Amino acid sequence: MATTKPALADLDLRLGLYRVMVACRRFETRAQELFFEGLVRGTTHLGIGQEAVAAGFAAAMRADDYTFATYRGHNHALARGTPMGPLYGELFGRANGLMGGKGGSMHITSAEHHMMGSYAIVGAHLPIALGAAWSAQYRKSGQVAVCFFGDGTTNIGAFHEALNLAAVWKAPVVFVCENNQYMEYTAIAAVTAVARPAADRASAYGLEPIVVDGNDVDAVHEVAVATLGRARGGDGPSLVEAITYRHGGHSRADPGTYRPADEVSSWLARDPITTYRARLEAVGVDAADLDRIEAEATAKVAAAEAAAREAPEPSPDVIETEVWADGSSRWRN
Amino acid sequence: MALKTFIEAVREGLREEMVRDESVIVLGEDVGKKGGVFLATDGLWTEFGDDRVIDTPLSESQIVGTSIGAAIGGLRPVAEIQFADFIHPAFNQLVSEAARLRYRSNNGYSAPMVVRAPYGGGVHGALYHSQSVEAFYTHVPGLKVVVPSTPYDAKGLLRSSIRDDDPVLFFEHKKMYRSVRGDVPEGEYTVPLGKAQVTHPGTQVTVIAYGLMAHYALEAADRVAEENISVEVVDLRTLRPLDKETVLDSVRKTGKCLIVYEDNRFGGYGAEVAAIIAEEAFDYLDGPVTRIAGPDVPGVPYNHVLEEWFMVNPEKIADGIRKLAAY
Repeated sequence: MATTKPALADLDLRLGLYRVMVACRRFETRAQELFFEGLVRGTTHLGIGQEAVAAGFAAAMRADDYTFATYRGHNHALARGTPMGPLYGELFGRANGLMGGKGGSMHITSAEHHMMGSYAIVGAHLPIALGAAWSAQYRKSGQVAVCFFGDGTTNIGAFHEALNLAAVWKAPVVFVCENNQYMEYTAIAAVTAVARPAADRASAYGLEPIVVDGNDVDAVHEVAVATLGRARGGDGPSLVEAITYRHGGHSRADPGTYRPADEVSSWLARDPITTYRARLEAVGVDAADLDRIEAEATAKVAAAEAAAREAPEPSPDVIETEVWADGSSRWRN
Repeated sequence: MALKTFIEAVREGLREEMVRDESVIVLGEDVGKKGGVFLATDGLWTEFGDDRVIDTPLSESQIVGTSIGAAIGGLRPVAEIQFADFIHPAFNQLVSEAARLRYRSNNGYSAPMVVRAPYGGGVHGALYHSQSVEAFYTHVPGLKVVVPSTPYDAKGLLRSSIRDDDPVLFFEHKKMYRSVRGDVPEGEYTVPLGKAQVTHPGTQVTVIAYGLMAHYALEAADRVAEENISVEVVDLRTLRPLDKETVLDSVRKTGKCLIVYEDNRFGGYGAEVAAIIAEEAFDYLDGPVTRIAGPDVPGVPYNHVLEEWFMVNPEKIADGIRKLAAY
């Protein structure tokens, strides 16, 4: 098993990790409030508490590396540099949204940032991420695909199919299981034959079991650097299990009351952002610098919210666009 | 022009596209060293090697999902599903992902890829090697569905499908692989997607068919011609997008229409064609829009008598034409 000792990353990197985590947290916290205001409709799945996984990996990725994520994908989009305005726009379903209002919270994509989609069908994106990695291998582009998924995904066939073939092909892909302990509303341990749902399956595919503290952004970053380097160097795929915790419920309607109170409180005490702030201060980072990062995030979130509030609803005309390659839905029909 | 079998035309189309464009990759179960169970990819592995002709595990969801990702990454994968009956494990990848990527990303990216699959009965394949699956996929916006009937069309349509920027399902009737021969010109030509063809001009009854049934429709037209019934046969070639103009022009001319498909009758592809004709050519109709199709049983049965009972054949089509002509 890989060790998880914190790396002594340089200060810029560490402030950058903090900046991304704080931005994600502020963005999602406000998104939840906007949900109750009726601006965000349908449902939304928040990654509050899991920011370190997205931030740690994104900081180790090249700009043209691929990200594939799940319906709990805001953090991954933001960590790859997707701007907040179009992201809120998409949550509101507005014309300025990343996908013009067609997708919403659960289906964020930003090809420009190589954020190749938040996939809502559990497991579907693992073979797709492998395919993207395979294309990079064939094109000798040096790109790596990083595929994030939840613990619940480890029990669907696509997980095993993708791991097997990725290992056979030595494909440049890193599979990252964000084990937040619950698959939707049910404890993952209640439905899984092994204690570590991802790592304990690794050996079946000839892979090293890698477990990392998913609430420790330095540790995540260290594992990301190692696994991305391995993939880019032609040494094949990795499967990482990042142990973390979803502060809230599965979706916005879920208070998560099925979780023992002491379990929740112990994980809240291990909040990846407050603990990282304490660590940074302990190594001598000026609290004022961290305050400024937080203030900047708050300001960015407010500006993005304002932009999305002002954006118009999409015209109904767009519903029949971008179905086919010619842009329409009526291709010679 | 050289006379070629249907499967030779498929193989030539694949090979020439691989020569033309090195982003074209072939993958599937046993497509490499074996050359495919029907030998559609025979020789490609020898010519193009491991990087471009890839034997996959027996996991259709994986084959299609990986193809989608490769297409996102700029390749042009041509996946083979060994039998159309085996495509259902990949249903989610095709319907939820391949079809939807362009729409869900607001044209940020898409999955230009081809999934080839042999379909159809009449070869004693029984319950899991005989089915027609096109109706599941013609229902889905974002997917194109092609069913060629001649070697010429198979090669020309396959080329167009590989070059197309949308995901294309390309269904080949396995009974035609070696039983159907036709002229295939040397060198570059394509057949456009979305264009039907009138393969037998006539005046009294329009018969609309595709795949193997397009051949049986021609045989039926010949049979009833001896009875002085003039039939116009329309070979659809592409099911989605449907060439409505050619269909409606023919029906408006003849006033009567019989739709033929091998798949189960209820909810089959022909039902949509019938609905479109009813909606858009009602004033021209001199009789009910009718169908000759497979019976509503959950699979093509094994025993040869039962299989013959299942299969649409020229005589069943001819009977349908006679009834409609007499209406």
